[in-house]
Amino acid sequence: MKVGVVTFPGSLDDADARRAVRVAGHEAIALWHGDHDLQGVDAVLLPGGFSYGDYLRCGAIARFAPVMTEVVDAARGGMPVLGICNGFQILCESHLLPGALIRNDHRKFGCLDQTLTIENNTSAWTSSYAVGQQVTIVLKNGEGSFVADDKTLDMLEAEGRVIARYVGNPNGSQRAIAGITNEAGNVVGLMPHPEHAVEGLCGPGTDGLGFFTSLGSVLA
Amino acid sequence: MARVVVDVMPKPEILDPQGKAVLGALPRLGFDGVTEVRQGKRFELEIDGDLTEDRLAEVNAMAETLLSNPVIEDYAVRVVS
Repeated sequence: MKVGVVTFPGSLDDADARRAVRVAGHEAIALWHGDHDLQGVDAVLLPGGFSYGDYLRCGAIARFAPVMTEVVDAARGGMPVLGICNGFQILCESHLLPGALIRNDHRKFGCLDQTLTIENNTSAWTSSYAVGQQVTIVLKNGEGSFVADDKTLDMLEAEGRVIARYVGNPNGSQRAIAGITNEAGNVVGLMPHPEHAVEGLCGPGTDGLGFFTSLGSVLA
Repeated sequence: MARVVVDVMPKPEILDPQGKAVLGALPRLGFDGVTEVRQGKRFELEIDGDLTEDRLAEVNAMAETLLSNPVIEDYAVRVVS
């Protein structure tokens, strides 16, 4: 499967994301923010970082980058799209996912190994996991607090669209939400970083690999 | 030429950690009696030509699509000159 990883000015985790894609057995294609071209990929990953310096709001400028026209169209057409950290913020700003991400309630940048509980394994990016499975991956953010109005939160819960929840709540996210999916299950936003937990040599383990291997079952 | 100001504020129900940080700093500097601080953004736009109703509607569209995120923020548009 060809997985495109978009590089915006200020992306940090694009190289790690491409590596994680390869470790999971897929082909990684580098996509450029300024091109109106997805190069025939089967899935798109928006990586973490500080696109456009986080100016205005995190993800607010990246949302209008040329490549996002094609990403939004493809996402609406059912292509698997995963936004990690800054990528999650971009997906919310693009209205592909509800809610928003604001500054951590404790106001400090958090950088830690974080345990999550997987709550939905029917999305394009979580099918390798079991519901209730606990995974430990890296969390590193300053503005990772997920917020939405109560009606939206109730809808996400009722429709099973919370894909992962923090064990504990490291950043003040409402209902400890770490990741959500859209109605169709092809678009996923996740604040912590599975791409930093795919090899034993570095990171807290290989618990993050499942997000990338899940794509294989989408194709099959 | 006209100058239009767009004020963007976090919605009342949204936690404002930056405002809280400022609120915490004030008493440390000896400024007492402040019970709440909310921090927002102010945009000053210089608009070319006459500020017609259509142009003002466009400014509102700018405020809604880019300058603010309606999920977490409210905005107010006012013409200052």
